[in-house]
Amino acid sequence: MKEVKCECGHVNPPGTILCEACGLALTEEAQKETLHDMRYEGSARRSQTYNKSIIDKIWNFFSSVKVGIWLIVITLTASSLGTLLPQVMYIPRNVDPATYYSDQYGIFGTLYYILGFHDLYSSWWYLLLIASIGVSLVICSIDRFVPLYRALKNQRVSRHEGFLKRQRLYKRVEATSQTNQDFELVKQRLKEKRYNIREDDGNLLAEKGRFSRWGPYVNHIGLIIFLIGGMLRFVPGMYVDEELWLRDGEIKTIPGTNKQYVLENKKFTMELYDKEKDKQVYGAALDRVGNVVKSFNSDVVLYERSPDTTIGDNDNLTKIKEAVIRVNEPLKFDNYAVYQIDYKLDEFKTMTFNFLKKANEEIKGEVTIDLFDPQEEYDLGKGYKVELLGYYPDFSGFAENGEPQTDSQTPNNPAFLFNMISPEHPDGEKSFTAIRQTLEPLGETEYKMTFKGITTQNATALIVRKDLTLWILGIGGAIFMLGVIQGSYWNHRRIWLQRIKGDVLIAAHTNKNWYGLKREIEMLLKNTTIPEPEDQNDKKSDNNEKIE
Amino acid sequence: MAKKVGKQMKDLVQLSGNLLETAFILYLVATLFFGGGIRENRGRDKNAGPNRWSKIAIFITILGFLSQVGYFILRWIAGGHAPVSNMFEFTTFFGMMLVGAFIIIYFMYKLNTLGIFALVVSMLLIAYASMFPSDISPLIPSLNSHWLYIHVTTAAIGQAILSLSFVAGVIYLLKSIDTEAKGKRSFWLEAIMYTLILAVGFMFVTTAFSVADYKADFNWIDKDGKERVASYAMPALVGPHEGELITQNKLNPKINMPAIIDAKRLNSVIWTLITGTILYWVIRLIFRKRISTLLKPLVKKVNLDLIDEVGYRSVLIGFPVFALGGLIFAMIWAQIAWTRFWGWDPKEVWALITFLFYAAFLHLRLSRGWHGEKSAWLAVIGFAIIMFNLIAVNLVLAGLHSYAA
Repeated sequence: MKEVKCECGHVNPPGTILCEACGLALTEEAQKETLHDMRYEGSARRSQTYNKSIIDKIWNFFSSVKVGIWLIVITLTASSLGTLLPQVMYIPRNVDPATYYSDQYGIFGTLYYILGFHDLYSSWWYLLLIASIGVSLVICSIDRFVPLYRALKNQRVSRHEGFLKRQRLYKRVEATSQTNQDFELVKQRLKEKRYNIREDDGNLLAEKGRFSRWGPYVNHIGLIIFLIGGMLRFVPGMYVDEELWLRDGEIKTIPGTNKQYVLENKKFTMELYDKEKDKQVYGAALDRVGNVVKSFNSDVVLYERSPDTTIGDNDNLTKIKEAVIRVNEPLKFDNYAVYQIDYKLDEFKTMTFNFLKKANEEIKGEVTIDLFDPQEEYDLGKGYKVELLGYYPDFSGFAENGEPQTDSQTPNNPAFLFNMISPEHPDGEKSFTAIRQTLEPLGETEYKMTFKGITTQNATALIVRKDLTLWILGIGGAIFMLGVIQGSYWNHRRIWLQRIKGDVLIAAHTNKNWYGLKREIEMLLKNTTIPEPEDQNDKKSDNNEKIE
Repeated sequence: MAKKVGKQMKDLVQLSGNLLETAFILYLVATLFFGGGIRENRGRDKNAGPNRWSKIAIFITILGFLSQVGYFILRWIAGGHAPVSNMFEFTTFFGMMLVGAFIIIYFMYKLNTLGIFALVVSMLLIAYASMFPSDISPLIPSLNSHWLYIHVTTAAIGQAILSLSFVAGVIYLLKSIDTEAKGKRSFWLEAIMYTLILAVGFMFVTTAFSVADYKADFNWIDKDGKERVASYAMPALVGPHEGELITQNKLNPKINMPAIIDAKRLNSVIWTLITGTILYWVIRLIFRKRISTLLKPLVKKVNLDLIDEVGYRSVLIGFPVFALGGLIFAMIWAQIAWTRFWGWDPKEVWALITFLFYAAFLHLRLSRGWHGEKSAWLAVIGFAIIMFNLIAVNLVLAGLHSYAA
């Protein structure tokens, strides 16, 4: 293909439909049209010009808005499927998804799981859809932006008659003695309406809001940056997401920080709304729904561990700051943020037992067991001693071989196998003690351990995040918003006033909001001899274009 | 002292409620005046500008809007947080913003017809809102943030402006479709009307049983095998799983649902369908016309190109606002409150779907083939998605946003 030289002398790139400078129709098809398709100014788009190599074909496929729309529609339909049942990240964590979906939702749940819809948004095909939208965004934009930019830059004030005639708003009348005067008046009014005016040989081009034409391309750039930001999350080191449980008074290395930071939870506090103390207007709602949590927060101290101390050594820590972490107010330091996310109230901390003789209920001593740091034996003096043979923090029953089982290391339901040593029984008597349950596995005993008391503590659940992609996403989002506003809230309007062979020609074009343009022209031409242009669309409503 | 302040606050809530009712009545009156404006316009010169009826109508509309703004501000003061934190508050705000969006568009295009339909949809929304408990509720910790009003109000304003394109779309369809002809187009247009009547039916039946103070309790077994109590506010046509009526002298349903189905909600749906359908057929038998035919005179003078542009314009104005409030602000807040900016929660996904849908709409508008009637149908689908996000996602699909119910 070769460059096209127009009769006005301008050299157009191959594939141009309307001359960039004067607007003359360069192809046979364009010459036959009664109205020009002005969406891309009849410029030479790569996708409409080349179709030979495989690259051309791929380019042409993704440059089509129609393909883009299909991708959007498929993506939105697919997205909706993922909301039918909870996604896998929202089901209880300790269950097997395969059985959970079947148990909860029957055959439909099983099918949902088999099809992979339980983790739809991480599935390869969903990511492929998003990636295709990204490719489509890039190619569509480049295919249109470059030629459109050229065409608008190269446009001349004086246009070919045929170009004006094929605008949607157009009128031609004979000039009168007043025409010159009216041109000046209209020019003045156009300036007041903030049009940029260019003149050439008595012809006039008034244009405003051209920058709004770039809006779509700007917002597409924003979206691309956003998508790239989303991809960067998978680069190691860019993203950390860890959970940290801390009991009152506990101090732990913050996961995900390369053991550099240490956090101490001084105290966790949870507060409910109080009908007496809080706003009375909440009374009715509180009566209806019961207790409502007002706030929960952790008083914490952040420490930094110097690089040369050994891990686990909590003695040489540098205190960085004290803070209160609450919902909506994370603790931030060095690209990390620690969020208050959950809590557990009244977790068992210690249990106290009396060591007593069954016969006369005489208490021989008292044993307090720290459920997080149980000792092997507790010496009560005078020959009385308790040995802890077994500790089951989360007792869940006995296995077939009679061995007690524990579900976890969290003391939700502590149970103990004691060996009670007394002067009468120097080898000890065995007793299995759990909450509200005492077993004597090796025969009746003379002594027993009775439950005396329990202390509890609160635990706070925190989430540690580092996300170095956020600023990229922020920039992408901001550019997107600017582009969308630029393209939506302004219009690109052009008005041509020309004198050809003793006639006055007026034509106008806008990229959207034709009603507004017509109203503006009405005001501009008020009390002049220049007629309002006619909407040629009103005559030909059958002028339907196809989407390419 | 505290008692006194408490009483003042209660008075404030009372006053705020009165202002909302006043707004509702003013919208109703304004609707009638807009109707009068259309009647008056017959045989009037096209360029004469709005007639007196229209001027009064828009004045009353603005008065109603201000009254509702008063409701909003007083409730904010009384409750200590922006009143957009539950279904009642959000939906009334949505209705208010639809009126606001209409007022702006009215001054651009001066269309009486748009006023009638926009106000009717707003009133339906506000009436629907009043079906939910209207107590001022205290905020749970995650909602306790300035982002509550920044995110929720912007998202609602965006949705309201987008909804105006639905209003314009319905007007377009009423004008362009021959409602008496048989066929898909007239059928679906009538289906829209039927759906709106169903909404009225829901409010009618809810209010009726609420006034009658109907209450029937059932013992039932949930899907985990736990025993629970369900409290029905409407006579139970379908009972819960292994339901057992424990209130005396109330309707005992013939069928019970399996545990996986929320029988109480299904029961409301059945009552809504019954009442709405009866209402629909009563109207049809009285007027002996389809509802879409009945509304035809209202749209007689509508210029199709103009109303098409109003619809497109609404999407153009509303789309950036929605993107900002429903996605960008939403992501910023989610990053602060929920530790991640995006988590594929149903509400988030449906906000994304809304965004993608209107993005597709805007791209389709690039071709003339999708102007006019096709655009109008798309606007109807868009509104259906917004309503789905408002109603179904909050009430049916469980997720992080379910507190709103």
